[in-house]
Amino acid sequence: MKFSHESIEINAGLMIVLTMIAISIGGLVEIVPLFYIDETIEKVEGVRPYTPLEQKGRDIYTREGCYLCHSQMIRPFRDEDMRYGHYSLAAESQYDHPFQWGSKRTGPDLARVGEKYSNQWHVQHLKAPRSVVPESIMPNYPWLLENDLDYSDIADRMRALKVTGVPYSLTTAEYQANVEKFGKETADQLNILEAEENLLAQAQSEDFDGDRARLTEMDALVAYLQVLGTMVDFSKYDEGYFAEFR
Amino acid sequence: MAEQQHGKAVQTTGHAWDGDLQEYNNPLPTWWLWTFYASCVFAIVYWVLYPTWPLGKGYTTGIKTITFEENGKEVTTNWNTRARLIKEMQTGEESLKQKAYLDKVSQASYQEIVNDPDMTAFVNSMAKGLFGDNCAACHGVGGTPAMIGQYPNLGDDAWLWGGKVENIEQTIRHGRLGYMPAFGTVLDDAQIDALANYVLSFSEDTVDSNKAAAGEKIFKSEAAGCYYCHTTGATGLYSQGSANLTDAVWTVADVPGADGLDAKLEAVKGVIRNGVKREMPSWSGRLSDTEIKLLTVYVHGLGGGQ
Repeated sequence: MKFSHESIEINAGLMIVLTMIAISIGGLVEIVPLFYIDETIEKVEGVRPYTPLEQKGRDIYTREGCYLCHSQMIRPFRDEDMRYGHYSLAAESQYDHPFQWGSKRTGPDLARVGEKYSNQWHVQHLKAPRSVVPESIMPNYPWLLENDLDYSDIADRMRALKVTGVPYSLTTAEYQANVEKFGKETADQLNILEAEENLLAQAQSEDFDGDRARLTEMDALVAYLQVLGTMVDFSKYDEGYFAEFR
Repeated sequence: MAEQQHGKAVQTTGHAWDGDLQEYNNPLPTWWLWTFYASCVFAIVYWVLYPTWPLGKGYTTGIKTITFEENGKEVTTNWNTRARLIKEMQTGEESLKQKAYLDKVSQASYQEIVNDPDMTAFVNSMAKGLFGDNCAACHGVGGTPAMIGQYPNLGDDAWLWGGKVENIEQTIRHGRLGYMPAFGTVLDDAQIDALANYVLSFSEDTVDSNKAAAGEKIFKSEAAGCYYCHTTGATGLYSQGSANLTDAVWTVADVPGADGLDAKLEAVKGVIRNGVKREMPSWSGRLSDTEIKLLTVYVHGLGGGQ
């Protein structure tokens, strides 16, 4: 069949495929280069992949659809800077797969919620948001405190993230590279072979959900929320430094 | 679609479906066409001025520049939103207006701020926003929390850690750890019951006076040691963050929400049995000195600051 205007118009399947290609070019041209242009990723200290417990919390965050209402991207505007804190850096979400950027906010942005409130507040707020913020429209998540945390698959999840480029380590060489890059303490946390032990140890080290004896989904989620936006020490950098990457 | 336009016959696209179904090929409306050309010209001008096209490992930065100040030096860079934010914070009209006030407030003493109506108005307006973003999650909008028993009410005149500006400032800056041990395993039920009666006797006159008297003994005994923190008069110590039990203000036990004496006793007993652990985070890393000052004045003004 000769390829012509008519052949596209009378063939719905072909038309759908070609329409999709045409539409995706815009999106791909805008987004894909960002993954390859190294010079837009700020060189900052402190950003590390999530620990097993935090990663588990992040998976619960994704499972519960928190991202539908909460973005994790503070834009470089005066009003956002004053409300949420320093604007988000590309470097801060370099280990996020998928990232949690967005501009649709039904609830507030969470990019810098870490260490802002106490663990106790997060537990109460996730269980019954209106008991602390009466005007809130967030649903209750009481099961987080009731469900035991199933962490049996954490090593597999870390392996999967490793494929996407997150430097979790399996071999001694990879572990050593992490020691160089992040220091020993963090490198230990990124070791897939000790994922379960590390997860349990971190859950024991701090009282996330108000009950140390039980490991619940709340423990993991609160551990994750408390680390958001806390990895970079902005007092170390001049503001102009970040503008150099744009 | 008109068959005739400007007196000329309109061409068809030349396709025919089902033998005779044809489509007119009317020209685009002139206004639409010119809007399209104008958009193209706009886009080209935009590409030249601003960062736009990705090029493999880099991108076109555009020829428009922006200048801001850094460490006393002028820095000029290609236009970007980050540089624009820095510039706006330094020289934007709103920022300058705000900065003039902030400089004045940061130099002034608490007394000077309170005495100057202009500064007080500014502090209340800006601190209200800060309070909403940072404090209201626990303390509630306006300083009154949603439920008794979780976080202190800042709208009343009862203070756990002191209500002077210095106390409030320290609380915001360094945070506080409120702690009362759990007595559920130390004391038996009768003792806890007696203590609850004693504590409630200050605000309720229907409690069992015999039990209350027994409770007072336990309160002041070495075995329970309540008085270490709450003092022998049960008025509390700011240095310990221990509650004044003699007023009718309840910050942990939800006595006002309890229906009837038994429920009130139960609320107090719950606190004695399980203890209290409350944390106010430190804000010195998140808020600037001036912001802490603004909030201090605001909180001091909420409910009878001392």
